[in-house]
Amino acid sequence: MSASARLKLTARPARSLQELRRTIVSRIGWVACGLALLCVIGPLLDIVGVVAYRGLAAFSIKLFTSTSNGVTGGLLNAIEGTFIISLFGMLIAVPVGIGAGIYLSEYGSNRVGGVIRFLSDVLTGTPSIVLGYFSYIVFVTSLGWGFSLIAAAITLAILIVPYLARITELALRQVPVSMREAAFALGATEPTVVFRVILPGAATGVMTGALLALAISVGETAPLIYTAGWSNFLWNGRFTNEPVGYLTYVIWTFIDQPNAQSHALAFAAAFLVMMVVLAINIGVRLTVRRSTRVV
Amino acid sequence: MKFRPFRLSLLSLSLLIPAALCAVILFLLIYSAPAIGFNGLGFVTGITWNLGDLYGDPVSVRGFTVPNGADYGILVFVTGTLLSSFIAILIAVPLSVGAAIFLAEAVPHHIRPVLSLLVELVAVVPSVVFGLWGIAVLIPLIGHYVSPSGNGYGLLTASIVLALMITPIIATTLLDALLQVPKENRESAFGLGATHFEVVTKAMMPMVRTTLIGGIVLALGRALGETLAVAMVAGGALNIMPTSLFSPISTIASFILTQLDSAESDPTNMAVRSLAEIALVLFVITLAMNAGAKLLTSGALNVRKRQA
Repeated sequence: MSASARLKLTARPARSLQELRRTIVSRIGWVACGLALLCVIGPLLDIVGVVAYRGLAAFSIKLFTSTSNGVTGGLLNAIEGTFIISLFGMLIAVPVGIGAGIYLSEYGSNRVGGVIRFLSDVLTGTPSIVLGYFSYIVFVTSLGWGFSLIAAAITLAILIVPYLARITELALRQVPVSMREAAFALGATEPTVVFRVILPGAATGVMTGALLALAISVGETAPLIYTAGWSNFLWNGRFTNEPVGYLTYVIWTFIDQPNAQSHALAFAAAFLVMMVVLAINIGVRLTVRRSTRVV
Repeated sequence: MKFRPFRLSLLSLSLLIPAALCAVILFLLIYSAPAIGFNGLGFVTGITWNLGDLYGDPVSVRGFTVPNGADYGILVFVTGTLLSSFIAILIAVPLSVGAAIFLAEAVPHHIRPVLSLLVELVAVVPSVVFGLWGIAVLIPLIGHYVSPSGNGYGLLTASIVLALMITPIIATTLLDALLQVPKENRESAFGLGATHFEVVTKAMMPMVRTTLIGGIVLALGRALGETLAVAMVAGGALNIMPTSLFSPISTIASFILTQLDSAESDPTNMAVRSLAEIALVLFVITLAMNAGAKLLTSGALNVRKRQA
């Protein structure tokens, strides 16, 4: 008893000092890590808050029913422009991206597949402004299409095809090999296996990819500045030599105008774009999480 | 070999991806060839970007027809790009390491998905919305409290916005790696009497170091090519090197974005061709970064295999 008490007396001060130091360092470390997380999430919440507050304040019926007039007016032309540019971009990108994804997943475990995968990654990493400039010198000037819907749609398609191909490939790889074997054993041909067995089996994953690609194309600005131009009018149905307005252009240029009306339009446009992008991303992540939990 | 029309049609669809990439490189090269010849090596060392006399008659210099006095140097923009991305990394790395550690170890299991979803969402906010927030919130803040001149536009603001945009890339990469550290490593560190924080910093972090570096290089590649947000808050410097954190800067990407209108007014087209050359330089820089990230992350796999 007395021996252990003496041991405590002699051993404790030295140990507790070191222990104290280590405990304090750990405490400070955890607090610092927590603050870091706050610094990451805080700005996001502030962005959503500020944009929602100032964007909603600018909402009115007129915003959705009238076109812009210079740097004031409504957003109807921009909303329509963003919609059709994304629509035609997706129309070009979805067949190519899903086709490439099918090839990479089903027949792409060879050298050709490896090369395509690598170059697709390189394309993903290419800054979007470089793609926009390429489209400007090729489609807008050299081919003489001018600022136009088709130039913008092709540029967006180049931007999102690699994402689509990658996500489709990953989704198709989740389909069990036994399902392919069963279908082949029943005498199905390759197209039948792909379109009737594998694609339906991976439908959620492929839809996820398409939705994420849509979110990217709605939020992009840099590749459109050089290709779509800007127009105060609604689209008149022409694919070439007819500039198209879009929402992100409103954000980028109207905020530099001196009048409060233009700023309000910029925030309203930002709110619309942000809501679409966040809604798609949150929705996709929730469904993916739920489906993986079931599995 | 059997002729398989289905496979071939799928292959031709997927070959469109490499074809697009090759077209981008090829057409930028062809289009900028006269500019590459005219500018020579002075392109990357020159500070002055001068379109020359656009209204006078073009002159012939070294065999190229250019506006009188035209001089294209991009050192200012290269410096702006590298400096802003470097400072952004300096800010983003501690933030994302801290956030990832906190998410991996300190947050209860049922809250973690919500918080990590929020971190992932930072990455999907469109660049132009970040720029808008920078103008509306960050610039008044920095202009009022930090900047000695009272002007919030400049290197520091651009770096902070960039840092916020790339933080989720590093944080999510690191979080995935931390969650995959074998249980045995953590348990043996605990068994040696380490505090929870020491387990993380001394036993877990060294194991994920290579992944962390890969994530950082990937984020650097993103930061170098970032366009809209930077163009909106960086102040847009021309012909002047940054001297302090509050100097206005231009990055390569933001310069391409903002200069087309003036370049188009050049009747000889040399300015537009020089912009194409800048785009090519930016492409090469980001390609090098992404290739580096790829090498590092695949190297990380090898290390892990050897340890196992």
